[in-house]
Amino acid sequence: MYVAVKGGERAIENAHAWLAEERRGDTSVAELSLSQIREQLSLAVNRVMAEGSLYDPDLAALAIKQSRGDLIEAIFLIRAYRTTLPRFGATLPVETGEMACDRRISATFKDAPGGQVLGPTFDYTHRLLDFKLAADGELPEAPTAEPRQEPTPHITEFLQGEDIIQREPVSEETPGDLTREPMQFPSNRPLRLQSLTRGDEGFVLGMAYSTQRGYARNHAFVGELRIGRCAVEMEIPELGFAIEIGEIELTECETVNQFTGSKTEPPQFTRGYGLVFGQSERKSISMALVDRALRWEELGEDNLGAAAQDEEFVLSHCDNIQATGFLEHIKLPHYVDFQSELELVRKLRREAEERTSEQLGAIAAQEAAE
Amino acid sequence: MSNYNFAYLDEQTKRMIRRAILKGLAVPGYQVPFASREMPMPYGWGTGGVQVSAATLTPEDTLKVIDQGADDTTNAVSIRKFFERTAGVETTEETEQASVIQTRHRIPEAKLREDQILVYQVPIPEPLRFLEPRETETRKMHSLEEYGLMHVKLYEDISQHGAIATSYAYPVKVEDRYVMDPSPIPKFDNPKMEMAAIQLFGAGREQRIYAVPPYTKVVSLDFEDYPFEATKAEHACDLCGAEDSYLDEVIVDDAGNRMFVCSDTDYCRSRRGAGHVGRLAQEEVA
Repeated sequence: MYVAVKGGERAIENAHAWLAEERRGDTSVAELSLSQIREQLSLAVNRVMAEGSLYDPDLAALAIKQSRGDLIEAIFLIRAYRTTLPRFGATLPVETGEMACDRRISATFKDAPGGQVLGPTFDYTHRLLDFKLAADGELPEAPTAEPRQEPTPHITEFLQGEDIIQREPVSEETPGDLTREPMQFPSNRPLRLQSLTRGDEGFVLGMAYSTQRGYARNHAFVGELRIGRCAVEMEIPELGFAIEIGEIELTECETVNQFTGSKTEPPQFTRGYGLVFGQSERKSISMALVDRALRWEELGEDNLGAAAQDEEFVLSHCDNIQATGFLEHIKLPHYVDFQSELELVRKLRREAEERTSEQLGAIAAQEAAE
Repeated sequence: MSNYNFAYLDEQTKRMIRRAILKGLAVPGYQVPFASREMPMPYGWGTGGVQVSAATLTPEDTLKVIDQGADDTTNAVSIRKFFERTAGVETTEETEQASVIQTRHRIPEAKLREDQILVYQVPIPEPLRFLEPRETETRKMHSLEEYGLMHVKLYEDISQHGAIATSYAYPVKVEDRYVMDPSPIPKFDNPKMEMAAIQLFGAGREQRIYAVPPYTKVVSLDFEDYPFEATKAEHACDLCGAEDSYLDEVIVDDAGNRMFVCSDTDYCRSRRGAGHVGRLAQEEVA
């Protein structure tokens, strides 16, 4: 009658085999190749690289394939792999002002040196299902032109010239590393930005949206959004100078926020900043808005008690690998805790019943006496 | 798995974790922040315990992994396999044989020895967390030894329910200084924490390690007129007849009949091996 809870090991192995089969799906349908995922699901690849904190499109494609398209699972695979990699050193900061832009827009100036370049954007597509794509994805070549050669300086530099936008404090201090030291509060802006750039896109989007809807509202203009490739340089000790070791695609967003001044700061524009791996527009804009909201203290603004202003709240909950792990752990057995709760609730009920029957008995006795 | 270092983590990381462990042992009950790594199992599934075990294991060790007291629960199996693959250490289900025991939610029934290490998996290391959600506040409360809030909570339990309504993860005070979360073990296990073995606690997601050295004073919080009581189901084990072990309640038929069995599977098995027989043991054999 009692079936001992045995066989966990075999159950796990069989579950893994079944999972592999499900991942492959109907074998009469051709298998996905990593290059197909990398080339044709590139925005998913970008998200996995950004939140996985590892710039490697091929590994991200593998993770997406292995995770059956569950991007949080794919991000998890990348993070777990990333921790095992040795560190050879750090690159120089990337110079985003020298980015080879595929896209570069400003919502604050009609035109600016370097021009507005729409690039490959969904923005003005009509969201109508393209049934032709279901049958055949072949398409005519897109028109091309000579790339513009002039430099594309950051738009906010023009505001800086007029001294009408807040100057960022200059620091020679090496920023902390979120992945090497435990996060402690109060934190600082470099660590906040590190946390936001690998934070869950949905969470950061929701936080940013909440500021737009009035929870610590600070109206943001997209001063500039740029997507393109940046050279990555590293100083090689044996050489004594920096060489280019590759390039990465980045999305950078600088918001310009109105600011009427505080006790410590004059009226001026202020900024929020977002920088994310790959083409990740929604994420980088969201990041910039949340960054700006979290700067309330530095700018002498009031704490309005909004979630997006609360560093500990935002940073403790934006990591989807931490969140999903803890959320899903409640699937694990909890018989022991539950057993102790069962006994406690039974005991409390028993005592409550005894008290009630004592009271009823006392009332009955009193009535009988009367 | 030859691409990975012994016990998965690189030596630098292990050194960082060992430093945290040593600090934890030097300041019993104090939560030491450490730079927890992403592990190949999810946060909340024992990553803290796994990192502490990885930093503790040597090739000569024998490892036992239990979850809910049992060696064969799925997550215990998974963690044991992880170390079999990455460390190649001996594993055992016998408490006696193990030098390192990683556990979730239980302390083994058998008395642990000085040459053993018990590693707990901890979900929320902060005993004050559900009274005060902010880490900045709770750290301040610990440093000022300001535990009034916890006593008020226990008092309110008594005034509302007539008893302290905490049955697991029951808070303890270590060496008269830090209030500590013993991890979600049933309060039945609390008195066992004054033991000969080293107790290490790892919380991966929350990036904390803490420790209780051997023979350290561990007191479950209570009041003089409402003393702490270690409770269990008022039954004997239906398989081995033990009256001193923590029991799981199992529903056995459609009529809702129950049986009670030791949650510590090794304890139950060794008792049966020694000839102890519980109420329903015969039927199981048949």
